[in-house]
Amino acid sequence: MSKNILVYVDHFQGQPLPASWEAIGAARGLADEMGVGVSAVVLGSGIENIAKSAFHHGADDVLVMDDEALKDFIPEPYAGALSSSAREAEVLLLPTSGRTRELAAMVAVDLETGLAPDVIAMEIQNGAILATRPIYAGKLLTKVICKARRPQILTLRSRVFSKPEPDTGRSGEVIPLQAELGDVKTQVMGYGKAETGVSLSDAAVVVSGGRGVSNNSGLEPPEDITDEQEQEIWRAQQGFKLVTDLAEVLGAAVGASRAAVDAGYVPYAIQVGQTGKVVAPDLYIACGISGAIQHIAGMRTSKTIVAINKDAEAPIFKLARFGVVGDLFEILPALTTAFKSELGK
Amino acid sequence: MNIVVCVKQTPDTAATVTVEDGKILWGDAPLVLNPWDEFAVEEALLLKETHGGQVTTLSLGPEDATEALKLALAMGADQAILLSDPGLAGADTLVVSKALSAAIVHLGDVDLVLFGRSSVDSDTGVTGPQVARRLGWPSFNLVAAIKEIDPDGKKIEVERMLDEGRQIVKGPLPSVVSVVKEINEPRYPSFMGIRKASKAEIPVWSLAEIGVTEELASAITWPEVFASPKVEMECEFVKGDSVDDIGAALVKRLMEEKVL
Repeated sequence: MSKNILVYVDHFQGQPLPASWEAIGAARGLADEMGVGVSAVVLGSGIENIAKSAFHHGADDVLVMDDEALKDFIPEPYAGALSSSAREAEVLLLPTSGRTRELAAMVAVDLETGLAPDVIAMEIQNGAILATRPIYAGKLLTKVICKARRPQILTLRSRVFSKPEPDTGRSGEVIPLQAELGDVKTQVMGYGKAETGVSLSDAAVVVSGGRGVSNNSGLEPPEDITDEQEQEIWRAQQGFKLVTDLAEVLGAAVGASRAAVDAGYVPYAIQVGQTGKVVAPDLYIACGISGAIQHIAGMRTSKTIVAINKDAEAPIFKLARFGVVGDLFEILPALTTAFKSELGK
Repeated sequence: MNIVVCVKQTPDTAATVTVEDGKILWGDAPLVLNPWDEFAVEEALLLKETHGGQVTTLSLGPEDATEALKLALAMGADQAILLSDPGLAGADTLVVSKALSAAIVHLGDVDLVLFGRSSVDSDTGVTGPQVARRLGWPSFNLVAAIKEIDPDGKKIEVERMLDEGRQIVKGPLPSVVSVVKEINEPRYPSFMGIRKASKAEIPVWSLAEIGVTEELASAITWPEVFASPKVEMECEFVKGDSVDDIGAALVKRLMEEKVL
């Protein structure tokens, strides 16, 4: 496995991130060009099935460390194991997630090598990977290269590289990974409830609401809500119900603009934008979102954007492939019904 | 409790950023404290108010890169230190993390290091975990709440924000925590704070001063930077006699274009 391309398969409690398979697909392309193989690394506890899937998506062999001590993601032991497996590799690719940014960061320190996070394009130049990554919230792009040191570590942005079709006939050698996990100083005490349904970063469709979702003065809040701000939040929640209804029919993730989060309508966990999550779904439906730069930074690379807004001059329409000018409190239910009948639900 | 907050000076996020001859320009937009770092400074000040101690802000950059530190002082930080050295020109995160961790060791007796989740300019989000790794201290990344901290018993418990939900983790101090926006509401600098900060002498530390004598070489170079291609879309406005017609027409168009 020396001089190989190594791909870290990120998962949450045994559920692999689809972006892990995108990374294997991207690795396959590079490996074929460089004339090397693709190894996957899976760390965790009870993860045989993930190793199988790694073969199906294009790995030649899979390094597995199945250890009770790796049951929860704790960066330090994970980094220890990954560093020891990556020492001889030419390239280490990871899908980008909250976990892998930290993991890649630590492995880069362990191996004193270069790291390019959140990469959106790669090409080979004189034997090294010339990567492209967004900076300044996507206003600019920069090329990044790690010429001398190895492995070159890159994390790949979700949904940018295409996911290979799984070939269930593929298989290969599972290599048990032996690594010193060291003295683990931290302990996972438990998990809070998930604040989002469908994961925003992986979703093929995202339906987002903005400040406009509270824009319905015709709705009368219950009498016990007298505070003006609370009345606005109540109206917004009625609006977000319509956003959620549409999302449900489409199996979509629900997002929000910073304006909606700052106004207290929805939790920060679903904020899309410069200071929130970056998404790149096939379809992005922006409801009552004007299209501030802050928001656009988080969704501009969506394949198709649909905007629904009262204001025909809203900047969001400059990005949108399709637009509807009108009241989202009327349009959204009609759109949900139309999708239901089209999709046979 | 001795708290160090690592901060960065960045252009204001509202700035129009352009590239000319390979140089990044932001017009006359002001340089500010990286917005994510405001949350880290605020958290340090809140912890100091409860547990006492000292808040030191640490930044790295050219000799005039004092804007972020001044804002942190104006918010209420006790002292500010700027790391500046010709050997840090063109530093990547590997080099930055080495310099910051050496400075933290040089300060000595630190209980907690705070970072914002990332900087809004280079947006790597890896410096905090890299500093933790170099120091051999636990890293708590993307923290939305410090649930408990016990400076005497040297313990900390936090809530991390993963994409899938929150993870509750505990561990020992000293440790490195990078924070997300949900953790607090940063205060505005007071008038007195701004006056104090404007008069403050910010010490500048060289690499030799913090005991780094080896040459620090970046692993990464940036051969080219350019503006993102502009997304120009001709928006097709979907119309109809009733909202039901509009809904049906939009779905039809999305199907025709094979969006779904």
